[in-house]
Amino acid sequence: MFRYFLNRLGQGVIVLLVLFTITFFLVHALPAGPFQTEKAIPEHIKERMEAYYGLDKPLGVQYVKRLGTLGTADLGASLRLEGRDVSEIISQAFPVSLQLGLVAMGLAICIGIPLGVVAAWKKNTILDYSAMALAMIGICIPAFVIGPVLADRFGQQWQALPAMGWSPLSPSYWLLPAFTLGLVSAAYLSRLTRAGMLETLNQDFVRTARAKGVPEGQILVRHCLRGGLIPAVAYIGPAFAGIISGSLVIESVFAIPGLGTHFVKAIEFGDEPVLTGIGLLFGILIILANIGTDILGAWLNPRLRSSR
Amino acid sequence: MSQTSTISVEKGASLWADAAHRLRRNHAATAAVFVLAIIFLSCLVLPSIDGLIQDPNAQALPKKNQSPSGEHWFGTDHLGRDIFSRVLYGGRISIAVGLITTFVSVTIGICWGAIAGYLRGFVDDLMMRIVDILYAMPFLIVVILLGKSIEPMTTDLTNNTVDLFAGADSSVAEQNATRTWVEPITTLVPLFIAIGALSWLTVSRIVRSQVQNIARQDFIEAARSLGLSHFTILFKHILPNSLGPIIVYTTLTIPGIMLFEATLSFLGLGVRPPNSSWGILIEEGANRMTANPWLLFFPSLFFAATLFALNFLGDGLRDALDPKSSKD
Amino acid sequence: MRRLLLCLTLPLSILTSCQKETEVARANREGIFLMGNSAEPKSLDHQMVTGVPESKLVGALFEGLVGDDAVGDDVMQPGAAASWSSNEDLTEWTFKLQPEGRWSDGEPVTANDFVFSYRRMLTPDLAAPYAEMLYFIENAEEFNKEQITDFSKVGVKALDDLTLFIKLKEPVPFLPSLTRHYTWFPVPKHVVLQHGDIADRFTDWSELGHIVGNGPFKLIKWRFHDVIEVDQNPYYWDAANVGLNGIRFFPIENPYTEARAFLAGQLHTTYTLPTDLIRTVKEDYPEYLRQEPYVGTTFVRLNTTRPALDDARVRQALSLAINRPLLCEFIMEGYAPAKSLTPKMGSYEPNPVLEFNPEKARKLLAEAGYPEGAGFPRYSMLISRPSARASAEALQAMWKEHLGILVDIQNKDWGSYISAQQSLDFDMASAGWIGDYLDPTTFLNMWTEGNGNNNTGWHDAEFERILDEAAQKAEPQDRLDMLKQAEDILMKEQPLLPVSWYSRNYLLQPNVKGWHPLLLDNHPWKALSLEP
Repeated sequence: MFRYFLNRLGQGVIVLLVLFTITFFLVHALPAGPFQTEKAIPEHIKERMEAYYGLDKPLGVQYVKRLGTLGTADLGASLRLEGRDVSEIISQAFPVSLQLGLVAMGLAICIGIPLGVVAAWKKNTILDYSAMALAMIGICIPAFVIGPVLADRFGQQWQALPAMGWSPLSPSYWLLPAFTLGLVSAAYLSRLTRAGMLETLNQDFVRTARAKGVPEGQILVRHCLRGGLIPAVAYIGPAFAGIISGSLVIESVFAIPGLGTHFVKAIEFGDEPVLTGIGLLFGILIILANIGTDILGAWLNPRLRSSR
Repeated sequence: MSQTSTISVEKGASLWADAAHRLRRNHAATAAVFVLAIIFLSCLVLPSIDGLIQDPNAQALPKKNQSPSGEHWFGTDHLGRDIFSRVLYGGRISIAVGLITTFVSVTIGICWGAIAGYLRGFVDDLMMRIVDILYAMPFLIVVILLGKSIEPMTTDLTNNTVDLFAGADSSVAEQNATRTWVEPITTLVPLFIAIGALSWLTVSRIVRSQVQNIARQDFIEAARSLGLSHFTILFKHILPNSLGPIIVYTTLTIPGIMLFEATLSFLGLGVRPPNSSWGILIEEGANRMTANPWLLFFPSLFFAATLFALNFLGDGLRDALDPKSSKD
Repeated sequence: MRRLLLCLTLPLSILTSCQKETEVARANREGIFLMGNSAEPKSLDHQMVTGVPESKLVGALFEGLVGDDAVGDDVMQPGAAASWSSNEDLTEWTFKLQPEGRWSDGEPVTANDFVFSYRRMLTPDLAAPYAEMLYFIENAEEFNKEQITDFSKVGVKALDDLTLFIKLKEPVPFLPSLTRHYTWFPVPKHVVLQHGDIADRFTDWSELGHIVGNGPFKLIKWRFHDVIEVDQNPYYWDAANVGLNGIRFFPIENPYTEARAFLAGQLHTTYTLPTDLIRTVKEDYPEYLRQEPYVGTTFVRLNTTRPALDDARVRQALSLAINRPLLCEFIMEGYAPAKSLTPKMGSYEPNPVLEFNPEKARKLLAEAGYPEGAGFPRYSMLISRPSARASAEALQAMWKEHLGILVDIQNKDWGSYISAQQSLDFDMASAGWIGDYLDPTTFLNMWTEGNGNNNTGWHDAEFERILDEAAQKAEPQDRLDMLKQAEDILMKEQPLLPVSWYSRNYLLQPNVKGWHPLLLDNHPWKALSLEP
């Protein structure tokens, strides 16, 4: 187990290196530079700005230099919010995205998985259809529709919850964005759980158990839930990493100071340090999430475990 | 979708015939096929009949934002255009985008995930790390770069296709007429490539986990001891047994992809104004929903109805194709 | 769909208790002004920024020599300078600073601070993006471009601690108005030098905890994309007349979110209001809606190096085929149909030359060799924001209907859109321009050869000669007449097609006092107050 873990972490480092390299060169291929502003900056001044940040050097030299500073755990300084450290930006925005993502994912799991289990258990009944219809609504109504509707009702009409903004300590600010963000995942989870459960409910050992007269509830929870959750778990890993690293739509609709906004703005301005910084963070999250899902998958699937 | 049933009739092979039979018995799935047929036919056929549908791009500014009426069944938008015909024309684009790119991405995802899950070890690690990298890659930058570099190619493609259909020596008027329907499709090709090539990641992970699960079951071990080739085992025995979650996930990705198309169109990759799609209509409608709810309602209605139907059909297919359910 | 959503959201609403007091009501009690500010500032070092959102913050933290008036655009109020005077031909100016002027750390504001500020702004290695704004000063341009290295030759001197002397390279009757622009604001020499050299870009002097200003407010909190908070500066020379205890700037980028936040009682004012919402707000909340003229113009920029577009007759034809009144009535609601490039400002009003005349347009197009649009190249027009889509689609339809010309519309991300124009790699682009100060030159100077904001490939010797000549004129009316001539040339040539004159559409709580319509929209923060 320990060796497996070490192995995966080693692979992770390589992934991050490749990721950094790709991101670095992609950003430099963007048509817009960091000093491209709406009101044009005179050429002689632009040249000086680029010289100041070493952006006039050959790309290879810049790359090696950036790699060197990364080695000392220095993510560099932003070019858009000029002079501000990328680590400062991330340390402000990531906790917000993380908190919002955790609440949203929690909601999604609590709604989605039970819904999927019930739908599979009562397959092709009205219960199944209505659970799945509910899930489909979650998928069909995009966040940029449901978010504004919720903000409109709760914020504007009933003045019950804030229509925008963020406060880490007051749940009234989390509710609407977390619900909006979690809705799609809840829908995915319920559909995938239902499919996975059906798959296991059909297997021979379930027939055997049923024939032996084991109670339905026990079959469902003790025998099937494990195998039935496999597809949902495979989805949760990357989805989780995606959700906690910021969602642009939600952040825009509710004016939340998360990572997504920084990321998109950085693309607009060709802000390489911020993009590689957030990219690396996201890479780490993906790697960890996938190690997590693989371990969880192995635990859910006893056959996989024994053969490892 | 209707293709599946025709194939099954022709082949008459036991698995597919069984499946078709079971599918027909499933009421939800049958209803879904009907709904899909109505929507697809009205989007494809109605606009092709001359004079039946109003020009989706004809503006009448003084008649903007009218509520539904006899003249404009679904009302008019912020430029006085007929929403009904915009929804139908937009449907062509959205359906094409949804089905083609989903097909591309799911095919890649299934192959990638199945091979990784079946082979395990070093190959599995390598393939999955590539997936990790693609997951974390700044996709938007790729889209922006693609939009810039691919433009001349799209123009060439459009011109060649127009020549192909109208004939190279046809008149300007003829060429323009052909162009009006060729262009919205050819400008979408970069979009198909972009979405298709990069949205297979989650599919591959789900397929991999399914394959890993099934590959270790007794009947696969049995197949292996019978000396069947890896290819046969993987594609004939393992994959059919893990179709359920794959079908479900596939039907789930379609709405996401249709909406994603709108986002990409705003970045210059995809549908060009004044043409539209369901995704764009919904996004435009969302901004105006307080004053003119029908701008959001009708495109959403078509969108939602299609996706509901696709999902119930997907469920039906899953049940029908389930090799075990024949034992019932 | 909406009813369905309502059913879904109803149970949630029961779970949440109703707020007793809106954020605006609490802020009213505390004397705090809540404002939507559209974007995160690049920095609070005003010598390093170019944007409008930054200017709002800088106006709270710093103060220029001359202050803005709450009511009149042309009225000059004392700012960091208590009084000022000039010589006969408007080239030499003397500013007497406020004797009680202090930085927010208690240090006195001296004429040396101003000299240092202008020197820093013009220091070549600092590469201040807006250094051009100081080029009115004698030898400033030369120093900034390293043609001279001796700053004592630049026309800025501190005669004593409280007297600042400025020598200009040409008569500038609007200099007092110009010093209201943030590029002319001072930076605290003692703080800047404490955190780095004069030529160091973005040291942490302008960050929270270090920044010191001479304005009515001081910075107390700054969280990216969240909020910037300023409270009253007790050292401000006119602190007794500051009506607010503080301001909260929210960088809300999404205008629909901003409008919802306002209506949910979270903001006193919004930065903007999407045109889609104007009609609804007019019906439901007329008391909040503000629509005011603003010195800005939307236009279509043409690349005059492209075939067909290099012909002035074609450009005229494109312009004549635009039905501006129709566009403004139904799409750009609140905007005025442009009659020329420069909107009316002060005593300057350009000749109303732009008209809608499809007959004439077709004739000109035929003369240029494209009768009924036949053989006209297929060009595309760049747009960068979804909000520009509707008007672009309307233009597209008008050109098709009146001229038989097919123009594509291409969405681009912001960066690609800007860089395509600056590298002349485009055909047409939907664009806009907001004036920096109240003088027509802010609209006209950019169309000269080599100007970074021209981006049309067009230039004209006669146009530039008249502009140069106008710059030498000390008599204001003569000068404006000459500028009018220059504008006539520009409108005859039309390297750009003006479409509409901006209107500032926004929402404002009626209990905000001291807020009046201003052309440049620079509301002096100290004049605001809140009625409970």
